[in-house]
Amino acid sequence: MSTDDLWHRVFNFTDYGQLLSLVHNSILAGLILGVVGGLISTFVMMRDLPFAVHGISELSFAGASAALLLGVNVVAGSLAGSLIAALTIGALGSRARDRNSIIGVLMPFGLGLGVLFLSLYKGRSANKFGLLTGQIVAVDTPQLSWLLGTSALVLIGLLLIWRPLTFASADPEVAAARGVPVAALSAAFMLLLGLSVAMSIQIVGALLVLSIMCTPAAAAMRVTAAPRMVTLLSVVFAVCSVVGGILLSLGSSIPISPYVTTISFATYVVCRLIGNRPHRRGYAGPAGADELGPTRATQRV
Amino acid sequence: MSPHSTGSGAGLPPALEIHDASLSFGARRLWSHLDLFVEPGEFLAVLGANGSGKTSLLRVILGRQRLTRGTVAIAGLPAHRGSGDIGYVPQQRRVDPLTPLRARDLVGLGLDGHRWGIGRPNAGRRRRIDAILGQVGAGGYADRPVGLLSGGEQQRVRIAQALVAEPKLLLCDEPLLSLDPQSQSATTALVDQSRRTGNTAILFVTHEINPVLPYADRVLYLAGGQFRAGTVEEVLNSSTLSEMYRTPVEVIRANGRILVAGLPETSGHEDHETHYALGAP
Repeated sequence: MSTDDLWHRVFNFTDYGQLLSLVHNSILAGLILGVVGGLISTFVMMRDLPFAVHGISELSFAGASAALLLGVNVVAGSLAGSLIAALTIGALGSRARDRNSIIGVLMPFGLGLGVLFLSLYKGRSANKFGLLTGQIVAVDTPQLSWLLGTSALVLIGLLLIWRPLTFASADPEVAAARGVPVAALSAAFMLLLGLSVAMSIQIVGALLVLSIMCTPAAAAMRVTAAPRMVTLLSVVFAVCSVVGGILLSLGSSIPISPYVTTISFATYVVCRLIGNRPHRRGYAGPAGADELGPTRATQRV
Repeated sequence: MSPHSTGSGAGLPPALEIHDASLSFGARRLWSHLDLFVEPGEFLAVLGANGSGKTSLLRVILGRQRLTRGTVAIAGLPAHRGSGDIGYVPQQRRVDPLTPLRARDLVGLGLDGHRWGIGRPNAGRRRRIDAILGQVGAGGYADRPVGLLSGGEQQRVRIAQALVAEPKLLLCDEPLLSLDPQSQSATTALVDQSRRTGNTAILFVTHEINPVLPYADRVLYLAGGQFRAGTVEEVLNSSTLSEMYRTPVEVIRANGRILVAGLPETSGHEDHETHYALGAP
């Protein structure tokens, strides 16, 4: 195969307008997912949960493949798997060490179950592959309603607990002293995380959930420490990755995931390079030149 | 021994009022029949062995631990979780450099971090945060990420966080641990300043006695299931400590500092407990 052929398999924009009108559901789904992923990834980073996200997504994959095999709603299946994983990890792993070992135990088991169900499944193989690596054309209207409903739930929940969750994530000891229900918030967050992971799997696949649940905030935190700016950038990065990935992958014969993960990764690399500039240490140091940071030039006292 | 001190807050209820309090975990008794009054503006240092119940005392005051018997009131109200009358300063800990919070955000959490919702920035909130940061001398790094501050800077911001909601009682839980001597005395002086400007009562739990000596009005010493409360002279002397530890303990005063020798190393004492008072200036 010539490089030209290869290029056309990866990027193909013939009849782009027509294609676009066919996938507006997917683009809407990508937009919603980007917003949810961007918001939730801030807390995933603050609470040191990237590994948990990965573990939850493997169990969500098991749930989805079980649903596929049984011929029931796949989104419902992945929600069930996600929630079981999230609540198990939340309940058993309050300390980071415990948590990581529990995830390490759960994750291969979930993946194994998923492989078992998929091997037994006799339907289209594209469905199988899609659960692991993502699919876009698959978003039909009932699925979109599921996505919309779940995201609305996650967004409302997250906005409601935003401040105490920030307090409990950044500063658990003082938050507890101030009366913040740290343990209950942790459980509530795992629940919201489980819901978000189950949604993401429908679009980007189980293996790549981290690219929208961890990378956006990880990138944002490299360039600013102002909480509102971190949240804003994180949402922008996540939306760009998912929607951008969908738009780029439209004409190609390749799953959406490489596009999403590449954009997401590139964002991180750029942010890291920007963040490594010498005056970053001060954010609003004497130079006060970081446009992304809280720029109020301050003198040292 | 009178639990009362000469308070400066005439007419106000005591910042902290503990009556006939006992705390046991199963068969283990931490302390019993504890009576303690802390007046507004008073500085009480809480000293004692590890495992003597200092942390539990703080948890009781914060409403996070129930007493086996007795009562606790904060500024006239029974202790309960999330009391707005209490400010809390924890020990200094490493904060991840990438934590997305600036010094001013950490202080802001002390003001309204316990409330639901996302909150909205407003000028009044901003002014309060700026004012308290200025008051503790942290105005210069208000916009720096908390994770990039030194231990001493971090503790200044912590004190601002604890004071921003104008509490009646400031609980300091080993705030001097892992600080260098200069930062230790700066932190203690700052806490002392808050009781003078805001009439806040201070309950200061510490291993490091010498930094608090110039400021402490009274001392509460916990050890071996017993307690003693009184002035520094009344409590920190050889006979009182020997009686509490049931072993000869020598308290030596030199150049305005106190050295304690002969504390038992076993029975729940860690090494630094033994030489805290012999340690760095």
